[in-house]
Amino acid sequence: MTVWVEKNLCDGCRRCISACPYGAIELKNGKAEVLERCTACGACLQVCKNEALLTDAAPKSIPDFTDRKGVWVFAEQRDGKLNPVSLELLGKAQELAKKLDEEVCAVLLGDAISELAQPLIRYGARKVYLAQHAGLREYRTVAYTDVIEELVKTHKPDIFLLGASHIGRDLAPRVSRRVGVGLTADCTELDIDPKEKILLQTRPAFGGNVMATIANRYSRPQMATVRPGVMEANPVSGNTGEIIEQKVILSEERIGTTVLNVTRESSKGADIAQAKVVVAGGRGVGDADGFRILNRLAEIMGGAVAGTRVAVEEGWISPENQVGQTGRSVRPEIYIACGISGAIQHRAGMIHSRYVIAINKDPRAPIFQVADWGIVGDLHEVVPELIRQLQMESVAPE
Amino acid sequence: MNMIVLVKQVPNTASVELDPKTGNLIREGLAGIMNPDDLHALEAAVEIREKFGGKVTAISMGPPQAIDVISEAMGMGADEGILLTDKAFAGADTWATSFTLGKAIEKIGGYDLIFCGRQAIDGDTAQIGPQVADYLGIPQVTYVFQIESVETESLIVKRRLEDGFERILCRIPALLTVIGDLNRPRYPRIERLIRACRDKAPIQVWNAADIGVKADQVGLEGSLTHVIKTFAPKFKREGKRLEGKTEDVVRELIRNLKESEGATACKAFESTCRL
Repeated sequence: MTVWVEKNLCDGCRRCISACPYGAIELKNGKAEVLERCTACGACLQVCKNEALLTDAAPKSIPDFTDRKGVWVFAEQRDGKLNPVSLELLGKAQELAKKLDEEVCAVLLGDAISELAQPLIRYGARKVYLAQHAGLREYRTVAYTDVIEELVKTHKPDIFLLGASHIGRDLAPRVSRRVGVGLTADCTELDIDPKEKILLQTRPAFGGNVMATIANRYSRPQMATVRPGVMEANPVSGNTGEIIEQKVILSEERIGTTVLNVTRESSKGADIAQAKVVVAGGRGVGDADGFRILNRLAEIMGGAVAGTRVAVEEGWISPENQVGQTGRSVRPEIYIACGISGAIQHRAGMIHSRYVIAINKDPRAPIFQVADWGIVGDLHEVVPELIRQLQMESVAPE
Repeated sequence: MNMIVLVKQVPNTASVELDPKTGNLIREGLAGIMNPDDLHALEAAVEIREKFGGKVTAISMGPPQAIDVISEAMGMGADEGILLTDKAFAGADTWATSFTLGKAIEKIGGYDLIFCGRQAIDGDTAQIGPQVADYLGIPQVTYVFQIESVETESLIVKRRLEDGFERILCRIPALLTVIGDLNRPRYPRIERLIRACRDKAPIQVWNAADIGVKADQVGLEGSLTHVIKTFAPKFKREGKRLEGKTEDVVRELIRNLKESEGATACKAFESTCRL
C-alpha cells in the first residue's frame, strides 16, 4: 500500500499537507511529496482538488449496518449511586439520537438497583436494559463484559457510549475487543456526520497538543468513551421509558477476580467536577500556604479548589483535584486561574468553563488567551483584595 | 513466575509543538522515550522475579528504532526482549495493535503475568492492556497501585478508583496495568545496557510473518477506527484585560462578574445580585 503524487497534476495548494494526520507530506519545489512515514491512511486523497494524489490501496468495503439501531449509554453505578457522567452522556445521546432518528437506551448492571432506572429515564433514556445479579454488585471486568456482550449481540445498537471513568476505561476496551469493534477513548466532542450518518469522535491526542476526529466506519456499535464533565446532562420532563430485564448467568470460573473490599476515600474539599465555582492554582501560588488564600476565596464564592499538575507534583493539592489533560475536566460557571501560565495540557481541562478569570504576573501567559477577564498582577495581592471586596458584597446588601 | 511486559516508545509530549502554518505536529528532533507508566510496569515485573525467580520478557511494537526501549528494558533487568516491527504494522489503531501483540504473546506462551503501563502519553487511550487481556481470555486488573501478595495460582492487588480503591484477588495468568504510585523504577545499569546493545544480546526482531499475521489484519488496513481530520485545538476567547491599581481592577472585575450570567453561581453575590 502506498500513496504517491502525480507531479504534473499537483499545483502546490498545500491542502494535503494540512490534511495529513501524520505530517508525512512536504512541499518540495512547489510540488507535494509523500515522505517515508506515510501510513497510506488516505486522509489526503479526498482533499486534493486535482486528484493528484493516488493510491494502490483498494477501498475497504463498508458492511451493511442498516439493522443497527439505538444510541446506548452505559449507566455506571457504584454502591447504588449513578455516576454523573452517565447522565451527561444521556444528554449527548439525545442529541445524537435525534439526528439519526434513533432511540436513547441505557444499560444498567448491578445488584438490586432497579430504582436507578427511573432517573435514567428522566434524563432521556427511552429504554433501560437492566441486568441484576449478586455477582454484578461490584464492578468486575469479565462479568460486566459477558453481560454486555450478550446485550449487544441481541439488540444490535448503532452507538455505545461509556464514561471515561476508571470503570469505563477498564470495561470499554474489553467489550470492544469482545464484540469485535473499534473504540475511541476520552472523546471531548461527538457529532453525527450529516451525509454518512456516522459518529464523529473528536479527542485530544499527543498530550492535548492536537485534536483528532476519528470515525468508526467498519464495525458496530460505534464505541467511544467520553471524559466526565465535558457533556451536559439534559433532563426531559415527562419522558417515559421501558425497562427490559436481562437474564444473567455468570461463571465465577470465567470471571477470575473477586473484589475483597472497597475503600471509599472521601475527598477533603468540595468535588471540583460538581462545583459551580472553581478556584485553581498553579506554580505561581508558590507553596502549600499560598493555597490557603485560594481556599478562603473558594469558601466565599461557594466553590472548590483545584490545581495544575505542578501543584499536585509539589504536593500542594491532592491528585483528584488536578485539572487538565492528565487530570480531570471541569466546566464550572466561573473558573479562576491563579498563578497558572496555561499550558495547553491545562487548558484542555478547563476550556468548557462558562467564565474564566485569569490572574498572573506574566502578561504574556497563554492563560490570558482563554480568559474572559485577565488581571496582570501578583495573585498574593489580587486574591486577598478580591476576598476583601467580596466579603463586603456578602455582608452589605444594596 | 514468567512475566511479559509491554513497553512503548513514545515522543516526549512535554516538548511537542505544532507547525504554526500547517497545524501539524513537528516530529523532527522529538526525543523517543520509554512511556513513563511502562517503567513502573517493568519495575514491578523485575521485583517479582527477584523474589520468586522466573523470567521477564519485554516486548514492543514499533519502528526499528524502538529497539532502544527494549535495550533500556534490559538495562533495567528484563531477561529477554522482542521487537515487533514491520511496515505492515504502521498506522494501527488499538484493535489492530492488541491483535498484533496478542499474537506475539501467544507465540511466546507460558506466561503467568503480563504487565502494562496504564496508558501511553502519545495516545492516552489506556485500551491496549484490556484489549490484549480479552484477546488472550485472561482476567485483568487496571490502575494497580499496590501488589500485596503473589502466590502461584493467584495474587492480591489494589486498584485505584477516583473515590478510593479496591482490593482484588485475581487468578493467574492475568494482565495488570499499573500506575506511577506502584513503585519507583530503578535506573538502567550501564553494564546491562552495554550487554543489551551487543550482537549476541537476547533480543529477537519479529515481523508479520514471524507471528503468522496477514498484512490486512494489522496496521492501518487491519484497523477499525481511522483518523479523518486533525486540527490544532481552538482555545481562544474574547479576553478583556483589566489594568491599574489592584483595588480598582478587582472592583471592575466584580462589577463585570455581577453583570454577567455567571453571577448567580457565586455565593458572595447572593444578597446583592440583581439577576
